[in-house]
Parts: sequence; C-alpha cells; structure tokens
Amino acid sequence: MPEHTAKGLRIVGHRVINGVWRLGYASRFFLFTLTRSAMSFRRFRGLTFREIYFAGVLSLIIIIVSGLFVGMVLGLQGYETLQRYGSSEAVGTLVALSLTRELGPVVSALLFASRAGSAMTAEIGLMKATEQISAMEMMAVDPIARVIGPRFWGGVISMPLLAAMFSAMGVFGGYLIAVVVIGVDAGAFWSQMQSAVDFRHDIVNGVIKSVVFGVAITAIALFEGYDAPPTAEGVAGATTRTVVTSSLAILGLDFVLTAFMFKGI
Amino acid sequence: MENLVEIKDVNFAYDVRPVLKGIDMTVPRGRIVAIMGLSGCGKTTLLRMIGGALRPTTGTVTVGGRVMSELGQEELYQMRRKMGMLYQFGALFTDISVFDNVAFQIREHTDLPEAMVHDLVLMKLNAVGLRGAQHMMPSELSGGMARRVALARAIALDPMLIMYDEPFTGLDPISMGVISNLVRRLSDALGATSIVVTHDVQESLKIVDYVYFMADGVVVAQGTPEEIRKSNAPFVHQFVWGEMDGPMPFHYPGAPYAMDLELEPARA
Repeated sequence: MPEHTAKGLRIVGHRVINGVWRLGYASRFFLFTLTRSAMSFRRFRGLTFREIYFAGVLSLIIIIVSGLFVGMVLGLQGYETLQRYGSSEAVGTLVALSLTRELGPVVSALLFASRAGSAMTAEIGLMKATEQISAMEMMAVDPIARVIGPRFWGGVISMPLLAAMFSAMGVFGGYLIAVVVIGVDAGAFWSQMQSAVDFRHDIVNGVIKSVVFGVAITAIALFEGYDAPPTAEGVAGATTRTVVTSSLAILGLDFVLTAFMFKGI
Repeated sequence: MENLVEIKDVNFAYDVRPVLKGIDMTVPRGRIVAIMGLSGCGKTTLLRMIGGALRPTTGTVTVGGRVMSELGQEELYQMRRKMGMLYQFGALFTDISVFDNVAFQIREHTDLPEAMVHDLVLMKLNAVGLRGAQHMMPSELSGGMARRVALARAIALDPMLIMYDEPFTGLDPISMGVISNLVRRLSDALGATSIVVTHDVQESLKIVDYVYFMADGVVVAQGTPEEIRKSNAPFVHQFVWGEMDGPMPFHYPGAPYAMDLELEPARA
C-alpha cells in the first residue's frame, strides 16, 4: 500500500476512534447528569430556579423581539400569497400553524442555543479552567449534581416556555400586520385560526419538539463546557462547537420529529 | 509521632510519560511539610493523589489510615470533608460573594441554621483578616486577598489536613509574608496537618517543619529547614540559593551553539 494512502487511512481511523470515544464519553456524561438530578429537584428554589432565570428569563428579550418580527413577516408573506387565491382571511391559520408546528420550536431553539447554550458552555469551561470544578470536587461536592444538573433542568424547563412565548408573540405580530395594518377581518382571522389549530396535533407536538430541543441544546452545551480544554482557546472553541452542533442537532431532530408527528410514519 | 499521610513506593505516569518514580514520604500529624521542586517535577500530581483525584499506577497513598485509591466515591467524599485545599490562584467561585464562598462548604455539608453559618463564616474571615470584605465579589479582590479568602474557605470545616498548591505564586512580598504567617498560625490554631507544595524556598523554609525536595519524579533530598539550608547536596544548594547553573543546567539540551550559528559544519 502506498505510504500516502496508509497515512490517509491512519488519519481517518484516528478521527473515527476519537469520534466514537467522545460520543461514548458524552453519553456517560448525559447519563450521570440524569442519575444525579435529585439535588436539582430537592433544592429547586435555590439552584434550578436560578438557572431558569439565567437561561430563560434573560433570553426573553431576544425571543419576544424575534417572535414578533417573524410573525409580522409571516403576516406579510402569507397575505401576499393567499390573496392571489382569494383566501386572505386564512392568513391567521397560516401564521398560527407555521409558528406552533415549526417556527416557534425551531427558531426559538436556534436562538436559545446561541444565547443561553453558548453562555452555559463558556461558564462551565471557565469554571474548569480556573479550577472551580476541581475545588468543588475537593470540597466533596459533586459538580455534576451541583453545577451541571440544575443548569440542565433549568434549560429543559425554559425551552418550551420560550417557544410558547415565541409563538404567542408571532401570532400577535401576524395579527398586527394582517388585521391592523392590512385590514383583514379580525373575526375571520381569529375564528379560522381557532378552528384550524388542533391542541393535541399542533400545539402538543410543538411543545414536544421544544422539550426535545431543550434536552439536546443543554446537554451539548454542558458537555462541551465540561470537556473544554482549560485554556482561552479551548473555551472559545467549545463555545463555537456548542452553537454549531446544537444548530445542526435542532434541524436534524426537527426533521425526524416532523416525519413521525405529521406524516403518520 | 503518628503519621497522617503515608506515601509508599508511588509510581505514576500520564499515558506513557512517568511523572512519579518510587516516591516515599510521610507527613506526621500536626506538622507542616513542604514539597519543593522545579515546575513539572510532579509536586502537584502528588498533591492530587493525596486528595484522591488521581490514583497511583503502583504503590499506596494512605491518609488517616485509609488507602485513598481503594475508596469508593461516597467514602472519598467523606474523607475529603476532613481535608481543605488552597489552589494556586484561589479557585474562588466567581459568581458568588466572598461570604458565600466561605459559607459554601458549610451549607453543602451541614444543616446549621443560617445565623450559625453567618457566625462561622465571619470567624473564618476574621482569622484571615478579611471580615470587612465579606460583601465583595471575587473579581474585586487583589491576588493576595483572593488567596486569603480561599484559605478561609479551605478551613471552613476545620479540616485535619490542609493542602496548599503553590500558595505564594504571583504575590507581592507583603502578601507573601501574610499568607506564610497565616499558614503557620492557622495550622497551629486548628491543630491541622499541612502539606505545602511550593518552589518558593526562602518563604517556606521560615514556616515549615520538614522539607522534601523532588526532581524529575523522585525525592532527591529531605530534612528540616536547618538541614536543608546547610546542605551541600548540589541540587539542594542550587535550588535553595537560586544558582543559575548546577545539576539543573541553565541551557536546555540542544545542538552545540556554534553549530546552530552555522559557524562549524554539522558532523555526520
């Protein structure tokens, strides 16, 4: 075998082995986070509530503003298309279904990954780099239970609430454009939306999606932070990986979930 | 005198690179023992092993009669509650105040009422002279103050063993003097055993009872501070008096100078 082929194979093999090893490490980390979650619920007010504030409440501004604009754009685009077929009153249905099924969970998850996920990775990575995690272990306090667990559950609880807020603001944005600015009949806008949106099929499925995205984002963010090399460069790289990996995971999972939820597979 | 820490024939390697080679040490109860040596000689690795964060490849590290590498997580945590550790740069939790940093361990491991936690924390902060800084955040502290807060946190539960990882690094002479005095005073007041890992010879020789010198993963010399000062062993002499050349050469091994400057042809 030529030398350069052997070298190429060695590099591929090395990367595959590293990738599988890291996947196994991440899976064990996730399992530990779940099995050591008792403290997150036992001290919910003191620990998890604080993380809901940091991950959820502090993400509200970006979620509200983005939701409003996405809804307004949907109102404009939806009206422009639907009026060609003489059914501009259906714009409320279009806005609501787009948001509850897809855009609400997906866009809010992407924003959550960029805003809260990256912050979690940087925080955990810096705690590790400055030996705060080691210090905690030496103080006989399990960092997985005390630091990782509350952040994980804080993120998982925040995500569906943020997605709901995003969708609600989007519907309001669509209403502002379609009804207030363009002049679509308000009664038709709301009644068609009410009759077309099914609670279990549309809203519950949207909530399930956002919970799954919340688990994926926080698990990725916390693992990347915990696994980050303890240097400035290492933390910066981990933060970037969190945003990229989370975004790809959200889009991939969205396809799989949508295929199961709305195609009857 | 009974030994609190016993290290017997400990070997350790990161991957294939040996870091510790057949280390034997004892730390008697109530004494302050320094482990000195150049950066990278395995001092901190040894400290992490005493704390149970690393397991020796061969040999045993015994603390209070328990072999650290044989302890399960629960037992290890029980043991660590009796230990305090001061990290090189303090490792204070940056998102909570000085008070909460010192209270952290008390709140995590005891069910004491908040009023009692308050009194205990103030006593510890008073011992390091920083009661007045209780409301400050770690980012507002100088390096010396941060080290003192970390010391107060390390002694929060009155440990039987206090470990110091490079406590004097990066401090001005006054802060260094303050920290070294505190190490001695607190060890005596608490009746604790202390292990100081450092390469600051003059400051540590003033306060410790016994010294181990390490180089390249082995103990090369040991003795009381007086014996160390008088030692004629080449390595100890070079280290204690900060001589530029000696057993530890000034120049990192490399090709002859003249050859690097291309003043003479490379030999085949």
